[in-house]
Amino acid sequence: MSMSPQEVFELPDPSSSDPGAVNEPDRHAAAESLTRGRLILRRFLRHRTALAAVVVLVLMFLLAYLGPYLTVWKYDDFDQEHILTGPSANHFFGVDQLGRDVFARTLHGLQKSLIIGVFAALITTAFAALAGSVAGYFGRWVDAGLVWVIDLLLVLPSFLVLAILSPVLAGKSWLWLVLLLSVFGWMITGRVVRGMTLSLKEREYVNAARFMGVGSFTIIRRHLLPNMASLLIVDVTINVGVTILAETSLSFFGFGVQAPDVSLGTVLGDSQDLATTYPHVFLFGGVLLIITVLCVSVIGDALRDAIDPSSGTSTL
Amino acid sequence: MSQTFSAAEPAPPADSTSPLLEVHDLSVSFRSEAGQVNAVRGVTYTVNPGETVAIVGESGSGKSVSSLAVMGLLPSSATVTGSIRFKGQDLLSLNDRQLSKLRGSGLSMIFQDPLSALTPVYTIGDQIAEAVRIHQDVSKSQAARRAVELLDLVGIPNPQLRAGSFPHEFSGGMRQRAMIAMSIANDPDLIIADEPTTALDVTIQAQVLDVLKKAKEATNAATVLITHDLGVVAGFADRVMVMYAGKAVETATVDDIFYHPRMPYTMGLLGSIPRMDVEEKEPLIPIEGTPPSLLNLPPGCPFEPRCPIAVEQCRQTEPGLDPTDRDSHFAACHRSLEIAQRQWSAADVFVRPTVPEAAAAGIAREERPVVLQLQDLHRAFPIRKGAVIRRTVGSVRAVDGVSLDIREGETLGLVGESGCGKTTTIMEIMNLLKPQQGRIVVLGQDTASLKPDDRRTMRSDLSIVFQDPMASLDPRMPIGDILAEPMWVQKMPDAKIKARTAELLKMVGLSPEHASRYPAEFSGGQRQRIGIARALALDPKLVVLDEPVSALDVSIQAGVINLLDELKSRMGLSYLFVAHDLSVIRHIADRVAVMYLGRIVEIGTSKDIFDRPSHPYTQALLSAIPLPDPEKERTRQRILLTGDLPSPTDVPSGCRFSSRCFVFAEQLDADQRARCQSEDPGLYPMNADHGAACHFAQVREVV
Repeated sequence: MSMSPQEVFELPDPSSSDPGAVNEPDRHAAAESLTRGRLILRRFLRHRTALAAVVVLVLMFLLAYLGPYLTVWKYDDFDQEHILTGPSANHFFGVDQLGRDVFARTLHGLQKSLIIGVFAALITTAFAALAGSVAGYFGRWVDAGLVWVIDLLLVLPSFLVLAILSPVLAGKSWLWLVLLLSVFGWMITGRVVRGMTLSLKEREYVNAARFMGVGSFTIIRRHLLPNMASLLIVDVTINVGVTILAETSLSFFGFGVQAPDVSLGTVLGDSQDLATTYPHVFLFGGVLLIITVLCVSVIGDALRDAIDPSSGTSTL
Repeated sequence: MSQTFSAAEPAPPADSTSPLLEVHDLSVSFRSEAGQVNAVRGVTYTVNPGETVAIVGESGSGKSVSSLAVMGLLPSSATVTGSIRFKGQDLLSLNDRQLSKLRGSGLSMIFQDPLSALTPVYTIGDQIAEAVRIHQDVSKSQAARRAVELLDLVGIPNPQLRAGSFPHEFSGGMRQRAMIAMSIANDPDLIIADEPTTALDVTIQAQVLDVLKKAKEATNAATVLITHDLGVVAGFADRVMVMYAGKAVETATVDDIFYHPRMPYTMGLLGSIPRMDVEEKEPLIPIEGTPPSLLNLPPGCPFEPRCPIAVEQCRQTEPGLDPTDRDSHFAACHRSLEIAQRQWSAADVFVRPTVPEAAAAGIAREERPVVLQLQDLHRAFPIRKGAVIRRTVGSVRAVDGVSLDIREGETLGLVGESGCGKTTTIMEIMNLLKPQQGRIVVLGQDTASLKPDDRRTMRSDLSIVFQDPMASLDPRMPIGDILAEPMWVQKMPDAKIKARTAELLKMVGLSPEHASRYPAEFSGGQRQRIGIARALALDPKLVVLDEPVSALDVSIQAGVINLLDELKSRMGLSYLFVAHDLSVIRHIADRVAVMYLGRIVEIGTSKDIFDRPSHPYTQALLSAIPLPDPEKERTRQRILLTGDLPSPTDVPSGCRFSSRCFVFAEQLDADQRARCQSEDPGLYPMNADHGAACHFAQVREVV
C-alpha cells in the first residue's frame, strides 16, 4: 500500500493545524517553516544506496581534480620506455600504446566528462524550462511553433547530426560540444514542463497575479518555474548521467572531444583494440565511467522519491 | 463512556429488539512521518433497524474514518481497536473475503464523489448488474433487468436507454443517483452515505436527498449519514452524533441537538451558520481558533482552547460522554448540567462580535456613484472540431446578455448553480478587456477604451478573492511577498510596501511576524484571510469575491464573513459576491442577482429576493436549501426541479428556464406555454428595483 493515510482521508494536515497561530504567533514558527525541506532531506537520507552514491560521487570529483597532483606525469607526457607496461608505483594505472600515463589521462578525462556532463545538464534543463513554460503559458501560435520544433528535434537522429557537425567544430572549444549536447537533449523535459505549465497556469494564484497586472515573463519566473523546481532539480541530476554517456559515446567514435584534449570517451576509444590484450588501458576508464553514471542515476532516483513520495517506492 | 443511546422517535420496529450496528469504543490511528495520528479516539454508538443517524463534524473530526472502519475499507496502515458488531457479528474479526460478502448485501456505502466511485470503462447498467450478480444467484439478463428497475426507482429518465451510458455521460446528480441505485441493489440493512450531496448543486442536492429518502423507504434500511451540513441533518436524520477531534462530543435526537444543545462546540456550530430564514442582519458567532492537530493531543478537553466557558477542570481531564438533563441526550462537557440550568444558548456562551455601521448606509442608493456596470455582456466560447483544419461547429454561450450595476458601498450577491456563467462573468470583468458584445464600465471608464497603462492603474481599484485558499496563494512565496506583489506592480517604494504589509496582516487578524512564513503553515481560514489582505493591499474600490467561504468549515466561515462585513464598512468597499450558498448571500448581500444559463433571471434587494421571490427558478432554488431547523424542515414544501441544467451550447428557445419550470409544467395552459417557448422574457419590473425574467412571475413565499 503506497498511499499514506493523508491522501485517503480528511485527516488534518499536520502543517496546517496550528490551533493558536493567530494568538500565539511563534510557537511553531521555527519547527514548521522547515517542514518541507526537512521532510525531503529525511526521506532522501533514508535511501542508504543514495547516500553511498553521494559519497562516491564526491570522491570522484576529488579524484578527478586532486588526483593529477599525485603523479608526476601529465596527461600529454610521453614515456617511451614503458609503453604498454601494467600498473606500477611509477605509473599507477600503467602506460598505453603511445607511452602516455593511463592514470593521468583517465583522471583528466574524468574531469572533462564530469564538467561537460554538469554544464550540459544545466543548460539542457534551462532550455527545457524556458521553452516549455513559454509554450505552455502563451499558448496559441507560440505553443504550436515550439511544439513543432520539439517534434522536429525528436525525429532528427541527433547522433548523426552531431557526428556531421563535429568536423566543423573540431579544434574549437569543448563548450560547443556542451551546447550541441544541450540542443538535442531538452525536448522530452520541455514537453513535461509545457504540460506542467498548462496545469499550473490554471491555478488561482497565477490568475491572481494576472489580475494584479503582473507581466507574463514575471509570472513565469516568479510563479511557474519555482513551483516546478523539484522536477527541474531531479531533471538536472538525471541529465548529468545522460549527457556524460552521450559525450563519451560521441568522443569514443571520435566526434566529441578532440585530441590533444581528453575525455573518458577518447580514453576508451583510443584503447579499444587493446582492451583484450592489455586490459589495464581500458579497464580503469570503463569502471570509472560506470561508477559515475550509476551514482548519478541512483541519486536522481532517490531525489525524485524524496520530493514526490507518490512517484516511487517510498512508504512509511 | 460506554453508554449507548437509543432512539426517542420513531419507535424501533417491533421485529427488532437488538440494534443493527453496535460500535463500541472504536479507535483508529495512522502512523505518519510526524508520529501517530489518532483519527478516531473511542467512539461508541448504535444504529437501530430503520433509523437514520447523522454523524456531523468538521473536516478532520474523524467522521469519515469511523465509518470506513465499519465498512472495513481503511488502508492497511491503519490500526483499529474496539469492536464493531453488525447484527451481532464482530466485523473486525472477519477477513476480507467474509467482509466482501457482507459489503453490498448487508452494508452498503455511498461515496462523496460519484465520478471516482464509478468505473469509467463500464456502462452504468453493467456496473449495477455486477453488484446484483455478486450477491444474488441470477442470470445476466435478469441482473440487467434489475439494473433498469433500480435506475427507474432512483428517478433516472429513460432508464432502459441510460443503462447503456457510461459514467462520463451522466451529470453529477445522475451519477449520484446511479450510486444510490447500486447501493440498494441487494436490499442492504444499513446504508452509509458519506457526504452524499456535498459535491452537488442545491437543486440537485434536493433531488438526491429525495431519492435517498425514497430508497430508504423502498428497502427500509437504516442509514448513517455523514455530513458537515447541519441543514441536511435537520431534514433527514432521526438522531445526531456530533464529532470533534476524533470523539463523539454530543449525541441526541435531532430536535434536542438543534433546540437544546448541551456542549459548547455544538452550540458554536449552530451559531456560526448563516441562516436564510433570519432576516435581521447581525454578525455571525464564530468559534475562535482551529481544530487541534490529532498528532499530539494535550490532556484535557480537545475543545478547551476554543471554548469561551472553559474552566480549570477542562484543562486537566477530558470529559466523557455523560448523560445530561434530557432523556437519551449525552454530552461530553464538564459544564453541560450548568448549561442546562442556566439555559445558555450560543449567543450567551460565545461573544457576538460587533460590526460598525457602513458610512454609505445613510445615503440613498441612487445618490451613490456606480462602481461597476455591465450592459448586455456576452461571452461565447467556440467549439472547434477537426485535427488539421479546425472549424467552428457551435458555441457555448456562457454569458448571454448580463446587465447589472453595483453602487458604492453595496454588496451585490450573484448566485446560481455551477455552469450558469457566474465565473465567466467575473473573469470578463477582471480581464478589463473589450467584451465580445456589450459594455463593461468600471468606475466610469469603459474597458473597451482602456490603454495598457490605464488598465494597470485601474487594477489597483479592482481586486479579487478566490474560492480555494489552498490554490490562490503561491506555495513557494512567503506571505510578505504575496501581499507585496500587487504593490510591486504599482511600483510602490519598498519602505511603504513593508509598512503596508504589516498593516494588512493586522487588519485581517494575523500578526506582522507572519510575513516571513509560507502559506502551508496556515490553516484554511487563515489563508483566506491572507487572500483578502492581498485583495485590499491597494485600497480598492470594488472587490470581486468568488465563493470566498465555500471551501471553509462552518465554524471558520463565520469568522471570515464577519471580517468581510467589517472591512466593507471600515473601508467603504463595494463587493461583487459570487456564491452558490444562498444562506451566506442572505447574510452579506444588499442586492441579489440570480443567474440561470448565462442570464440574470431575477434581480432585486436581498429582502425582495428572499421574501418575495417572483421567478420560478429563484423559488425553486430557495426552497431547495435545507434549513438548520428540524421543525421548519418537516413542514416545508419543497419545489423539486426536474432534470439538470441544460447545456449552454443548446439554449432552449423562448424562456430558457421553460424546460425545467414547474409553473410551465403544472399551472399554464397551452397558449401561455406557447408564449414561454417562443418569446424570450426580458426583466419585467416587479416593484421598484426588483425585476424577474418571467412572463408569469408571481410572488411565492418559500423560505
